[in-house]
Amino acid sequence: MSVLVLMEGADDELSLQALTFARELAQASGDGAEPSAFTIDGPYAPAAFGQTVADLIGARAPRAVIAPGSERGNEVMAHAAAILDEPLSANTTAFEPGDPPTVTRVRWGGSLLEQALLRARTLLITVAPHAVAAQAPGVMPEAVPASGHALALAPTERVGASSGGVTLEEASVVVSGGRGVGSAEGFAIIEELAGLLHGAVGCSRAVTSAGWRPHTDQVGQTGTKVAPELYIACGISGATQHMAGCKGAKKLLAINADGEASIFAHADYGVVGDLHAVLPGIAAEIRKARGA
Amino acid sequence: MHVYACVKRVPMTGGQITLTDDQRAISTRHLGFTVSPHEECAVEEAVQIVEREGGSVTVLTLGPAESEEQLRDMMAIGADQAVHLVSDGEEWDPQATAAAIVAAIRSDPQPPDLILFGNESADAGNYQVAVRVAHQLGLPCVTGVKAINISGGRARCEQEVPGGRDVYDAPLPAVVAVKEGINLPRYPSVPGRLRAKRKPLAASQPQRPPARLEMLRLELPPEAGKQVRILGQGPDAAPAVVEILSELGVL
Ligand SMILES: Cc1cc2nc3c(=O)[nH]c(=O)nc-3n(C[C@H](O)[C@H](O)[C@H](O)COP(=O)(O)OP(=O)(O)OC[C@H]3O[C@@H](n4cnc5c(N)ncnc54)[C@H](O)[C@@H]3O)c2cc1C
Ligand SMILES: Nc1ncnc2c1ncn2[C@@H]1O[C@H](COP(=O)(O)O)[C@@H](O)[C@H]1O
Repeated sequence: MSVLVLMEGADDELSLQALTFARELAQASGDGAEPSAFTIDGPYAPAAFGQTVADLIGARAPRAVIAPGSERGNEVMAHAAAILDEPLSANTTAFEPGDPPTVTRVRWGGSLLEQALLRARTLLITVAPHAVAAQAPGVMPEAVPASGHALALAPTERVGASSGGVTLEEASVVVSGGRGVGSAEGFAIIEELAGLLHGAVGCSRAVTSAGWRPHTDQVGQTGTKVAPELYIACGISGATQHMAGCKGAKKLLAINADGEASIFAHADYGVVGDLHAVLPGIAAEIRKARGA
Repeated sequence: MHVYACVKRVPMTGGQITLTDDQRAISTRHLGFTVSPHEECAVEEAVQIVEREGGSVTVLTLGPAESEEQLRDMMAIGADQAVHLVSDGEEWDPQATAAAIVAAIRSDPQPPDLILFGNESADAGNYQVAVRVAHQLGLPCVTGVKAINISGGRARCEQEVPGGRDVYDAPLPAVVAVKEGINLPRYPSVPGRLRAKRKPLAASQPQRPPARLEMLRLELPPEAGKQVRILGQGPDAAPAVVEILSELGVL
């Protein structure tokens, strides 16, 4: 059983996770032959990269092609699947051999799992980020030149490079505010606490919909996914779509006026109370602890 | 400009998901329904483009009879007409969904200049229906888009990537999958809602082909099994909070 792994680079974390997944799939399905890894050589062009995967399948007839469930991994594999008219299991967490095999994949940004039969000549699978741990040894992927495709578009330029400062994705502390903050001005205390902890400000969709914060601050299924050491959720109820964005946090502190709010079911620490009274108290206590 | 926007009816889950007894769907007894925020933004973007360029917006869904609610909602924020591909209520896989959308678009006497999608559906998150539709119609496709500028028969699309945005210059007609944040969708006005009731809606019943990705059952991911430690009530909790911050090494 031959398995190909599409990597975005030899050291790319999500690609290495895809490689682990591919090894497990090859082992579960029989001979356990080592998967062959490849990268696509050439400037990124989604349809052309998809055509490259399709051409490789034509030339080498693998049983499966596994790719990372990154934005690009999903995009390239969607093009390959469309070109070949084969199904694609995106953001997959598990594989069980069979005829046809069964895949487990994430729905609702990770709040729900689905088991599905994958009826395909070639199994096309992307691996959900952090579903499996990347394990040694890595590989030296083969660089395959990109194919051409009549519909291929490539980026003409890169704009809006990041402005510096702590980004939401990288911050070790995220202080997030929800509808309970009450107004755009109410975020002053959230900003102050984030500043004191050298963290980033996040928010819920209720807040971006109200226009209190830009969408770039939104954490959740349709916002940014964060994985800080500590996530402080202030005035956020804990909807599944919000939790989909912060379940990667090591610890969660919830501050909510309603002791019954579902956020407390996901929290390690909780404070029940009005955030407008609790947060200034915490800020003052931090200053006191630092002797300022 | 004739712009299509494709949306999918999904339950609005709350703090906790409950499954039906057969584990094939979310129990929706106490839930409302909506579309993905990405898709709501696709409709808003379509409406804004047509406000600038002239033309009309068609909102399309494949879904059960009740999905008319979402089509009316989208017409209330400015779509001009709707296409309802009425399904049997079963899950259609991405290939079947794309095929039904392609057939509907092909049968429209006024071919679209732009077909907008959400980047991924809220429930299934297959990340592929837009790309499949583009290939079947022989159109260029850009996904993950956070800005669209139409000019001179082309769509300049900005795709969000780590560290910035990649610009794609797509000739029209084109398929574009957008993300929330591309705009701030308007709230439907009362007159908007009234007008939406009278806007044209064309319904048909496509046949569901056999699934190639066949959903068997749903399950909830294993619980982290967290036990919350309540540090206190109100401002009196501050010292306990700061103690934890220091323990976690983030102070
Ligand atoms: C497909 C889909 C995708 C979505 N994607 C996202 C997403 O990416 N991110 C996201 O956040 N949401 C998302 N949502 C929306 C989500 O379902 C919730 O509607 C949203 O997260 C609610 O935001 P909230 O918790 O701030 O508001 P609410 O649910 O209204 O909660 C406000 C909370 O604040 C508390 N509170 C009120 N006043 C105070 C006070 N003075 N002090 C302390 N606490 C107070 C209340 O007790 C309550 O718990 C999505 C929804 C759908 C359907
Ligand atoms: N049943 C459907 N009806 C109409 N559009 C759909 C449907 N399913 C998916 N789409 C569109 O395709 C996008 C991507 O879906 P998916 O490939 O499932 O992630 C969605 O955001 C919608 O715009």
